[in-house]
Parts: sequence; structure tokens; C-alpha cells
Amino acid sequence: MTTARQIAEQVRDPELPVLTLADLGVLRDVSESDGRVLVTITPTYSGCPAIDEMGADLRRALTAAGYAEVEVRTSLHPAWTTDWISDDGRRKLTEHGIAPPSRVGPKVAGPVPLNLTPPSQRVPCPLCGSPRTTELSRFGSTACKALRRCEDCAEPFEHIKEI
Amino acid sequence: MSFDNAYEALIDQEDAHWAFGTGFSAPLEGVDREVPTSVDAKDLVAYCLMLGDDSLILSQRLAAWCSRAPELEEDIALANIALDLLGQARLLLTRAGEVEGEGRDEDALAYLRDEREFRNVHLAEIDCGPGPGGDFATTIVRLLVFSSWKVAQFSRLRGSADPVLAAVAAKGLKELAYHRDHAAQWAVRLGDGTEESHRRMVAAVDRVWPFVDELFHANAVESRLAGVAVDPSELRSEVDGVLDAVFEAAGLTRPGPIPTAFVAGQAGRDGVHTEAMGFLVAEMQHLHRSLPGAVW
Repeated sequence: MTTARQIAEQVRDPELPVLTLADLGVLRDVSESDGRVLVTITPTYSGCPAIDEMGADLRRALTAAGYAEVEVRTSLHPAWTTDWISDDGRRKLTEHGIAPPSRVGPKVAGPVPLNLTPPSQRVPCPLCGSPRTTELSRFGSTACKALRRCEDCAEPFEHIKEI
Repeated sequence: MSFDNAYEALIDQEDAHWAFGTGFSAPLEGVDREVPTSVDAKDLVAYCLMLGDDSLILSQRLAAWCSRAPELEEDIALANIALDLLGQARLLLTRAGEVEGEGRDEDALAYLRDEREFRNVHLAEIDCGPGPGGDFATTIVRLLVFSSWKVAQFSRLRGSADPVLAAVAAKGLKELAYHRDHAAQWAVRLGDGTEESHRRMVAAVDRVWPFVDELFHANAVESRLAGVAVDPSELRSEVDGVLDAVFEAAGLTRPGPIPTAFVAGQAGRDGVHTEAMGFLVAEMQHLHRSLPGAVW
């Protein structure tokens, strides 16, 4: 028997369709009672324009699977972090030419440090594996991505920036 | 999808095709939405408007740069920053409307208030370009000061007694720190760049500085909301420290404070704005007021 959770976990991200919402860590909870499904999702960024689309996709998938009553709630707290992207999600991103984020780890208390020079991050090229890559743009096609280029294969690629 | 005309393809879709909906269905879940006891609801509404309007108005200013920035990557960068700020504004205005309890949603608050009802600081509204009244350097200096101040404010707001404000701040802080780094890196590139870029940065600092002092003045609402609101006067030394580090690397000098040009003791937080604000509000609200209820 397929549960509501299993159906919700198959729904893909509208802007990164190689990932499911579960891979991305956006799907926070699915609960079922008396045929009624409550799904909780969290936005990646405050202004993420895809959040309404995600809710609509979840409602569509669950309704198609026979759940008559589906409610999708958006949760703000705790705030999304790229650390929630699953290992499977990271592998899928690399396979599709998008460099996954490195792990941020738990936040340190105190003032947020200023980065006057771009951090010399080692982001391996997802296409050829070379460690020699440089940042082209701190902002990419969606709020969660930056743009980089590989110095060896010369291909540009997107990188999910760490937050 | 098959189509003869690209525009037809855009309308030949179910509504869900548009990711850019208006109005949150349930935006503030997962946090306790009760107004904390001992807090005056009217003050909390006013404070949410102050914070929401800061983000909304700067978002509107930055969006004007899309397609006008010095390079394509910067069009995308400024538009992305504007989008983050708009997202923060939506949450804060929604909270203001919810606590007010008079049925005003984020759209009503953004589109149907008059200039005197906006509570943003002047720094967010001044015209730093594109076009006369500013340039890219001025926009960078404004963004640097604004985001350095907001990072200091939001990092304290994470401990607010209002759980919604605390959650909005925890989320927004990560975005604001990224904006601040972006502006700081540009400030160094331009300030420590060519003679011309340095000259423009010096002029930009002069243009922006009269609006900096206002950021650290506590309004009566902020003073009454101890524990919920952040006291702006506590932020000055942290912001000065960040700006000093950037200015030193950029070869620029941080001017001393220039007293705020209050009008009868009032400024942005009281709804008294600069001349530029009326034009901004008119442009921002024009579509919604001409076609009431229009949605994407």
C-alpha cells in the first residue's frame, strides 16, 4: 500500500526537477488522519517564488492518488538550510551538472562574519571533476544558485550556494 | 507544449503555471502566532510595518536596476536581492495585517496605503539610480549600509519575544548577510579600482551619508516594545565596525555622523518622507489602483 508520505516524497521541485521536494529538504512533514492529509513544506528563501507551485504540485499528486482532503502548510521555522539536501539529492545534482553545496554545519553564535573577498571555496566541477573552478557570478538563475566555471574543461556550471 | 505563438502558450495553461501567485495561503505556520501578552497589538502592527516597509521599498528601488546594471550578472544579482527583500516584506506585512485584525492582507498594505502611512527609513527610498539622482556606485553604498544595518538588527531580532518576528529574522538573516558581502565586495572593487570608480564611490558616500544617522534613532514604538523590537541605538557600534573594515579595504573614509533632517521631530518611521517617496509609491501602486484586484 502506498502512503501519503510516499506520494508526497515523489513530487519534484518545479525549478530543479532532478530533485524531489524530499531530496531538497523542503518537505518537512506528512501526516494522515481519517483520509485527510496535512503536508508541511518550508521555503528555501524568503522570496522563493516556487513555493506556491510546490504546494499546488503536492495537492495535485495527492488528489490524483485518491486523497480527497489535502492541506499544504508553509512553515518558516526552523529556517531551511542546504544541509537538509539529502545525500541522494547531492548525487543527483552532480549527475545533472549542478555542483551540490558543501556542508555548513551548526551555526556559530555571535555576529555574522563579513566576507570581503569571495571565500576560496573548493567546488569541484560536476562535469569533469576538476577542483580548479572559479566563481563567475554570486547569483544565478534562481535564488539558491551561483554560477561558476571550470578552468580545465572550460564549461560553466551552476552551484547551489550554502546557506 | 505546442503553439504557434509564444504568448498564446503562456496563457494556454492552467493557473498553476504561474509560480508568482499573490497572497500566501498559510504563510505563518510552524510558529506560534499569538500576540505575546504584555505587548500592545497596535505597536506590534506599527513595528511590523516599519520592518516590512524597509524591505519593500528597497526591493522596489533595486528592481529598477534589472536590465540597467553595468553587467548581465549584476542585473541578476540586484533582482535576486530585491526578490529576497520582497519575500521578507510579504511575511512582515502579512504579520502586520494579521495582528491588526481588520482584514488587510499584504497586498492591501503594499498597494492601498498612502505615502504618509509608510514607515520605512529614508535610506530605503532615496533615488540612487539608475538614471538621474544616482548611479551604480551610489546603489552599492546604499546597499552596503542598509544590509550591514539589517544584519545587525535581524541577528538581535532572532531573540524577539514575538515568535513570528524571530522566525522571519532567523530566515532573513542568512539572505541579508549574503547581500552585505556582495555590496562589500563591490565597494572594494570600485573604491580600490580606477581613479574614476574611486571618485564615484567618494561621491556616493557623500550622497548616502545624510541618511545614515536615522538608522540608529529609536522611535517611540520601538522604545515601548522592549523585548519584541530591537533598539536601533544598540546597533551603531557593530555597523560602524563592519563599515570601517570595508572602507579601509576600499581606500575610502567613513564620514562622521550627519544629523538626520527631521521635520518637526519626525522622519521615515513617522511617515514623513523625502520628495522621492511619492514618485516611488505612485509607480509601485499604479497598476493595482488602476485595475483593482488584478492578479497574475
